[in-house]
Amino acid sequence: MTMLPKAAPGARKLGLVIDLDTCVGCHACAVSCKEWNGGGEAGALPDYDKYGTNPDGVWFNRVHSYETESQGCSRTVNLPRSCLHCEDALCVTVCPTGASYKRAEDGIVLIDTDICIGCKLCSWACPYGAREFDEDAGVMRKCTLCVDRIYDQSLPEAEREPACVASCPARARHFGDLADPQSGVSRLVAERGGTDLLADFGYRPTNKYLPPRRASIPVPPAPTPEPRGGGIGSALLNLLDKALSR
Amino acid sequence: MCACRCGIKVHLEDGKLRYIEGNRDHPVNRGVLCAKGSAGIMTAISPARLTTPLKRIGPRGSGGFERISWKEAMEMLTRRLAGIRASDPNRLAFYTGRDQSQSLTSHFARMFGTINYAAHGGFCSVNMAAAGLYSVGGAFWEFGEPDWERAQLFLLFGVAEDHDSNPIKLGLGRLKARGAKIISINPVRTGYSAIADELVPITPGTDGLFVLALVHCLLEAGKIDAEFLVRYTNAHHLVIDAPGEADDGLIARDAAGRELSFDRATQSLADAQSVGIDPALLGSFPLPDGRYARPAFDLLAARYGAPDHAPEAVAARCGIDAATIRRIAAEIAEVAFNRPVVIDQPWTDTAGRRHANMTGRPVAMHAMRGVSAHSNGFHTCRAIHVLQMLLGAVDTPGSWRYKSPYPKPIPGAARPGRSRGPGAALDAPPLGFPVQPQDLLVDEAGEALRLDGAFSWEAPLGIHGLMHMIIARAYEAGPSKIDTLLLFMANMAWNSAMNPGETTRMLSACDELGNYRIPFVAVADAFASETVAYADLVLPDTTYLERYDCISLLDRPIGSAHGPADAIRVPVLRPDRDVRPFQDVLIDLAGRLALPDFADGEGTPLYASYADYMVRHERKPGVGPLAGFRGEDGTAIGKGAPNPRQLERYVQNGGFWTHELPPEQLYFKHANQAYLAGANAMGLIEEERQIVLQLYCEPLQRFRLAAAGHGSHQPPERLRARIRRFFDPLPFWYEPLEQALADRERFPLHAITQRPMAMYHSWGSHNAWLRQILPENRIYLHRDLAATLGIRDDDWVWVRSRTGSLKCQARTMTGVNRHTVWTWNAIGKRAGAWALDPEAPEFRRAFLLNHLISEYLPRTGEETPSSNSDPVTGQAAWFDLTVSIEPCAAGTAPGTDPCMEANPLRIRLASEGSR
Repeated sequence: MTMLPKAAPGARKLGLVIDLDTCVGCHACAVSCKEWNGGGEAGALPDYDKYGTNPDGVWFNRVHSYETESQGCSRTVNLPRSCLHCEDALCVTVCPTGASYKRAEDGIVLIDTDICIGCKLCSWACPYGAREFDEDAGVMRKCTLCVDRIYDQSLPEAEREPACVASCPARARHFGDLADPQSGVSRLVAERGGTDLLADFGYRPTNKYLPPRRASIPVPPAPTPEPRGGGIGSALLNLLDKALSR
Repeated sequence: MCACRCGIKVHLEDGKLRYIEGNRDHPVNRGVLCAKGSAGIMTAISPARLTTPLKRIGPRGSGGFERISWKEAMEMLTRRLAGIRASDPNRLAFYTGRDQSQSLTSHFARMFGTINYAAHGGFCSVNMAAAGLYSVGGAFWEFGEPDWERAQLFLLFGVAEDHDSNPIKLGLGRLKARGAKIISINPVRTGYSAIADELVPITPGTDGLFVLALVHCLLEAGKIDAEFLVRYTNAHHLVIDAPGEADDGLIARDAAGRELSFDRATQSLADAQSVGIDPALLGSFPLPDGRYARPAFDLLAARYGAPDHAPEAVAARCGIDAATIRRIAAEIAEVAFNRPVVIDQPWTDTAGRRHANMTGRPVAMHAMRGVSAHSNGFHTCRAIHVLQMLLGAVDTPGSWRYKSPYPKPIPGAARPGRSRGPGAALDAPPLGFPVQPQDLLVDEAGEALRLDGAFSWEAPLGIHGLMHMIIARAYEAGPSKIDTLLLFMANMAWNSAMNPGETTRMLSACDELGNYRIPFVAVADAFASETVAYADLVLPDTTYLERYDCISLLDRPIGSAHGPADAIRVPVLRPDRDVRPFQDVLIDLAGRLALPDFADGEGTPLYASYADYMVRHERKPGVGPLAGFRGEDGTAIGKGAPNPRQLERYVQNGGFWTHELPPEQLYFKHANQAYLAGANAMGLIEEERQIVLQLYCEPLQRFRLAAAGHGSHQPPERLRARIRRFFDPLPFWYEPLEQALADRERFPLHAITQRPMAMYHSWGSHNAWLRQILPENRIYLHRDLAATLGIRDDDWVWVRSRTGSLKCQARTMTGVNRHTVWTWNAIGKRAGAWALDPEAPEFRRAFLLNHLISEYLPRTGEETPSSNSDPVTGQAAWFDLTVSIEPCAAGTAPGTDPCMEANPLRIRLASEGSR
C-alpha cells in the first residue's frame, strides 16, 4: 500500500552493526536512546504508570538476555533489538496511509506521525517487534537512527552518530554506510561474518549482528604428573639452580 | 552519583534538563555512559526526592515528621554535637555510604575527634583493598587496572556488574577487539561473564583454592619469574625459623634493621636490598645468633607445592575438574613466558640499573565482590596477588597496573587515630593501617574501642570499618557508647543491613524507661529511602546535578595507569526544593562547632561552602583536595599554593585534570626511579624508595605472635585461637566461617547476589526508566536442580537459611553453578519508601536476600557470637550464606514474604498541630 523507494545508484544504506561477541547486556544503549528521543524532534516518548504497579513505556531499543543451547553447550546471549531498517520493509508496504516510509537517500525507515492513523498493521508486519505503539498520541513509534543527530551540522562530526552508538560502554555498536564496501561497518561485517536477524523472512535488514566468538590459547596437552609427596619438584629446582641477580 | 566517576555533559533547554551524555575527553568513560547515567534525567525529577528538613514526631520508624527550617535543623544538630564533643567525641558515630567525599567526611570526623567513622567499604571491598595494600601497595579496582591494551589473557575473578562499570566494559571491548582471551571465574554467567571466552563456574567461596591450585601447577612446572621475585618482592627475605620464640616467623634483620637474605655468590648473609647479590630462594641458613632462617619463597614453595594444593585435591570442592585447572595454569604459563610483551622503552630501576626495554607478562587479573564478600576473601585476594607476583605480572606491560597515585609504601605508614591533641582533634585519621598489635584500638582488656569493632582483635585490619555492625552494636551498647548516629547516603535500615527486620527493630527499640537505645539518629540523603523513616532529624541533600563534588586524590580519584587525575562536578540545576548539598552542610556544621581546620582560632568559620573548601583547604602545605591547576598562576601540579581560579580552570578543562606520565614512568612504578621521584615531587608519596612487594606479609605474623602469648598487647582469650589461625603471613584457604558452622545437609546451596548493570552502585527503583527494565527479581537456580525439586519458572518458592525464610518466585537457567542460587540485589523495596505506589512490584513481588542473612555467626559457646565478617578485615561476608529451596504448597497466595509493614513518610507542616 505504501511503496518502497527505488534505491538510487550510489545511495547510502545507513545502519548499525551490533557485536554480540562484546555486548554485555547493560541497557546503556536502550536508555540513552530513550533519553535522546524522548525529548528531541520525534516528540516525547511516553511512560505509563511511572511509579505505579505496572511501569511501562515506549522504547525504540530493548535488550534481551537469554540462554541458547547447541550441541549440549549452553551460552548466554545479550541481544539489543531495534528497527533494522530493512531493504524490503514489510512495515512500510503494509502502511495504508504512507506514514511509514523508507528514505531513498539513506535507507532510514521513518514514521510520519502526522498521518499515522495508529492502525498497528506495521507492528504486526514487523517480525522483529521493533515498533511500539504510543498510547498517548495514538500513533506508532520506532527507531529513527537518530536522524536528528546524524545530520546535525551544529554537532562536531564525531558526535553525528546515533545516541545508542555514542553511549555503548563496550563499544559493541557501530554506525555507518553498509552500501559502501569500504566503510568501517562493511569491513566489520565481512571480517566477522555479520549476519541478518531472521534472514529467512527475506526482509533484508540493513542492520547486521556479529556473532559471538571464542578466543583460545593453544597449549600442548600435558599428562597429569604422578602424585608425589611434599618437597620441591625438579622443574622448580632446575629453574632456581641458575644464578639470579638482584 | 556513583563510584564510577564518569565525566558527563549536561544539556539544558529553557533551564530544564534535556540530555546527559558522556564527556568524550574524560579519562574514565571517554564519552560512553551507562544506563543509569543516561537515566539521570529521571533521577533529577524523582518523586522520592526529599524536599525539606524534617524533625521526627511520633515513634521512631513510624514515618511521622514535621517540616522544619534549615536554621532549626542546624541549630538542633550543632547543639547535640557540641554537647557530645565537650564530653566524649567518640559518642558521635558518623558513617557514610557510597559517596565521593570521603576526604572531607573523614577529615570532619578527625577534627571532631571521633574514632567512630567509616564509609561503606567495610561491606563492599575492604578485603580487596586491604589484601592489595598490604601485598602490592595498590589494589584491584580503585588502585589498579588491567593493561587493557596489551594483556593477552585476562582472568576476571568474581566480578559482576558491581564495580568500575564503564572502564571494565570499555576494557573488555578492547580485549575482544584484539582477540585476547577472557576467563571469568564466576558461579553465574551473566553480563561480563556471558562474553567471556571461558567461564569457570566455581562454587562460591572456593576461589582461593582454585588460585592456589594454579600456583601449585606453576611451581610444579617451574613456571615462575625468579628474577622478578628477587628484584621486586620479599621472596628472598629470610624468615626466622624458631618455633615458640617471640620473633618466629618475622623477617631476620641486621643491627641496622635491614632485612637479610642469603647471597649464594658469597655464601653469606647479605642486606636483602643490596644490588647484584644472588639471593637464595630455597634452603635454610644460619643466622649470626645460631638460629636458622628460610627465604619466604621456600615457605611458599613448601606449602603450595604440597599435594593438598594439587588440582586433583581441590577439584571437587571448587566444582571445577582438575584437567581444566591444569589447562588454565598451562595457558597462563604459555602467555606469561612464551609471549612476553616487550616495549622499546628504556628505564632505570631503583637499583640504578638502566634497562633497554620494558618486558612484561601479558596475564592480567581483576577481582572484586565475589572474592571480597566471603569471610576468606582477604586471603583469597592475597592468593591472587601472590599468583601475580610469581608470574612477574605486577605493573609490567600486559599485566595488572597501578592507577596513580598508587603504588604506595606497604603497609601504609599511618596507624588509625586514637588520642586527641590540640583542639580535641584526633592525632591521625580515624581509618589507618595497623601493622602491629600496638596500633589497635582496644581497651586494657583487649576489647574494641570502636563501635563497629574495627581495629580490635575481632578485625585488626578493619581499615574501612564494619558498617554492617553499627546498628547492632549501638543497640547492644546502649546510650553509654553512642549518642548520635549520623548517616549519610547509607540505607542501613534496608539493603545495606543484614537482617533488615531485626535491624529496624533495633533502630526503634527503647529501654525500660522508654528511651531509645540509640539516642539520636540523623540521616542525610537526597531520597526517601527506607532509612529516612528511622531518623530523628532528616537533612535533605541535593541530587548530583545540583551540587559541587570533588573526586579527590585524597580519596579515590580518577587516576589511571597513565597518570594522576582528579575531577570536579559543578551544579547545573538550581534546587527547586528546600535542600542543601550535604558537603555544604558538613562544612557549615564544622564551622559552627569551631572544629580545627574548619574554623580559625577565634572560632570563625573558614569556609563558606564546599566549593570554597575545595579551593582553599590545605591538608599539608601545598596539598589540597584538588591537585590540578595549583599555584598562583595555575601551573603547579600536585603541590602548590591554592589558586583562587582553580575551579574555573577545571571547568575550562572539561571538569577534570590529568597529568600524563612520560613513557619511561608507565611501568614498574614500584621500582621505577623516575616514576618514584616524580610521584614524590607531586606529593603522591613521601619518599622515593623502592616499594618492595610483599609475597610474605610480615605484619600478619606480628598479630599471630601476640596471639601465641608474646608481647605486651595480646588478644582476649576468646580470640587467641582465631588470630593464630587467620593471621597467616602466607595466604591460605579455609571454608568460609558461616558455611563451616552451618548445617550443610539442611542448607546445601550457596546464595549470592549481584547488582543489575542498569542500577550500578545505586538504588534506582525510583527512576521511572530504570524500574521499567527491572521492576522485580527472581531467585535463579540451575535447571537440573529445579527439576529435582519440582520447581518451574515463576513458581513461588521458599528459600530458607538458618535464620529465616523468604518467599519469592523462581527462574531456572543453565549458566549457574549447580549448587548456587542467586538474585538481583536491592530491587525489593519496603512499602512506603521511594515514593512508589503501595502495590508496586518492588514491594509485592521483589525481595531482598538480606532477610536470610545474619550479622552474627551461629553461637558456638557461651561467648558473644562473632560478627559475620572476614576475621582479618571485618569485611561483611554477604556471600557465605547457605540456603535450601522448596516449592510453596499448592494454593499458596502469591506475594513475597517477609513483607514488612509500610511506613511512608507522613509530613506535617510546622503550622499544623500544636507547636
